[in-house]
Amino acid sequence: MNAQRDPTLVVDRLTTRFVGRRGAVTAVDDVSFSVAPGEVLGLVGESGSGKSMTGFSILGLVDPPGEIAAGSIRLKGRELSDLSAREWRALRGDRIAMIFQDPMMTLNPVLRIDTQMIETVRAHRRISSNAARELACDALARVGIPSPDERLRAYPHQLSGGMRQRVAIAIALLNAPDLIIADEPTTALDVTIQAQILFEMQTLCRESGTALIWITHDLAVVAGLADRVCVMYAGRIVEQGSTAQVLETPAHPYTRGLLDSTPAANVQPDEAGRTQPLRQIPGMAPSLNELPAGCAFRPRCTRVSDLCQQVPPEVELAPGHVARCFHPLPAAQGVKS
Amino acid sequence: MPLFILRRILQSFNVLFVMSLLVFAGVYAIGNPLDLLVDPNATADDMARAAASLGLDQPLWVQYGRFLANAMRGDLGNSFIHGVPALGLIVERLPATLELAVVAMLIAVLLGIPLGLWAGLKPDSWTGRAIMAGSILGFSLPTFWVGLMLIMVFAVQLGWLPASGRGSTADVLGVSISLLTADGWRHLLLPAANLALFKLSLIIRLTRSGTREALLQDYVKFARAKGLSNARVVGVHVLKNILIPIVTVVGLEFGSLIAFSVVTESIFAWPGMGKLLLDSITQLDRPVVVAYLLLVVTLYVLINLVVDLLYAALDPRVRLAGARA
Repeated sequence: MNAQRDPTLVVDRLTTRFVGRRGAVTAVDDVSFSVAPGEVLGLVGESGSGKSMTGFSILGLVDPPGEIAAGSIRLKGRELSDLSAREWRALRGDRIAMIFQDPMMTLNPVLRIDTQMIETVRAHRRISSNAARELACDALARVGIPSPDERLRAYPHQLSGGMRQRVAIAIALLNAPDLIIADEPTTALDVTIQAQILFEMQTLCRESGTALIWITHDLAVVAGLADRVCVMYAGRIVEQGSTAQVLETPAHPYTRGLLDSTPAANVQPDEAGRTQPLRQIPGMAPSLNELPAGCAFRPRCTRVSDLCQQVPPEVELAPGHVARCFHPLPAAQGVKS
Repeated sequence: MPLFILRRILQSFNVLFVMSLLVFAGVYAIGNPLDLLVDPNATADDMARAAASLGLDQPLWVQYGRFLANAMRGDLGNSFIHGVPALGLIVERLPATLELAVVAMLIAVLLGIPLGLWAGLKPDSWTGRAIMAGSILGFSLPTFWVGLMLIMVFAVQLGWLPASGRGSTADVLGVSISLLTADGWRHLLLPAANLALFKLSLIIRLTRSGTREALLQDYVKFARAKGLSNARVVGVHVLKNILIPIVTVVGLEFGSLIAFSVVTESIFAWPGMGKLLLDSITQLDRPVVVAYLLLVVTLYVLINLVVDLLYAALDPRVRLAGARA
């Protein structure tokens, strides 16, 4: 792990709010984490937990009426939260790149692949079209696309979903960014393609020292890919630590619940040879505009007490392993698999 | 591609055939042109002679058969009223109508797309709201009223522009065109603006809703995440996607501008085809009406063909199938 090196990205007490007619909704609430060069950080949570919005905040792409209300984002020591629109634009796609969930939707259907790649290079560097095209061709080859020269002339609809996601990844890699934010980029793909792309992304980032934030709801993906994990619930990071710490000795009851509800945790058959039914977290993820005061997980939690009506502080359970909970689970209760 | 075009042309003959049948029977059913053509005091003998000379003494199916046989040879018959070939009568007035339609459509497109983009990008700004409010007016005010108002303000009150007629024209290869003279332009401006208003509103609304929809798409967010300038995101990524529906509507609206600008042409006394159609219908001048509508159908077929070709050029997912329909 590269935790000792100067971190590529430091997010400190970031808060992103949407101010509407019926009051403000806090989509990202007091979120702090950092990512080191070459490190993969898994950002895990259910839909609406604020994980994608955290990504968009780091990219300066929060659409009005949303805004970064507080906190700081530092990329290689440079403060981003007070950049002008022009400075953000210069940064996006150059130092920080993003990959989206659905490869069918992210590429513009009416523009050829080469157009969409060359424009990405030329938005940031004064370079001829031909030189940019060479770079695009190299990038396609690096993500494992056969005969890249031919693919450059294709339109998105002529490529499969996996191919398109590779193209999107190649676009993200084009300007050798310091940080890539990948927002569930493999969710829409076949499992086999998913595994290939995960492996390739991991290798590419390790080799180039690019920091990677992998946003996902899939703990299995995180287990195989991430060095460290942040678990988000209702806009807050409820637990973070190394992948081993979080997955093997979860401290927050929500993390525990997530782990229990993955199919892999329930496959051991009992004496009669039956597997157990999947366990679920009772209740539903709350809507952000009617969050309970204090710990947002309170209504669904089995360890709840009166104390939980306060916002829990961050508790360091082991070096690097932090949970926001008054009643963290004892380490012994880790998942056995 | 050539196969596609060939198929289209063959298909259009079917449309033309059905159209001619319907119009022929329709005009026949409205009334007997002889009642209008011949002096009411004429004797039965005169009537019979006139009927025979125009072929109106025959039963409908014989008349249609003769028409069809002549049409195959490119002869759509002579006007009952003017006694000259109906098609020639129409084509003579085609340039006037055509240039009016082209200028009106250009105004609508060149103003409508930028205004619609603006309104779509800034839906909550006062300019965006003003554009939309204006487009509602342009949509709902009747053409004849707007035409009269234009004349009143710009021709009568201000005296800037002439109220009627076509002005001086310049001849190019035997076709007289007002676009080539300053006076022609002065005459053209008011009727063109009158015709453009509705189309302009239509294009503004279409562009705006397309823009708003496109802005929510992932490819726009991805384009932003790539660090592209706003101009490139809107001018290339958004615009190229929304042009596809706009092209379709512009094509159809262009057809209707050419074929049915009757009201505007009447108000501004523009010597185009619309006026001719109106007169021919009231006088039951069947050959002219039939020829006119056949010409209109042909125009629509051609415009649709061009729209389809443009479609394929704009949207790579569209492939013009020659084998399948």
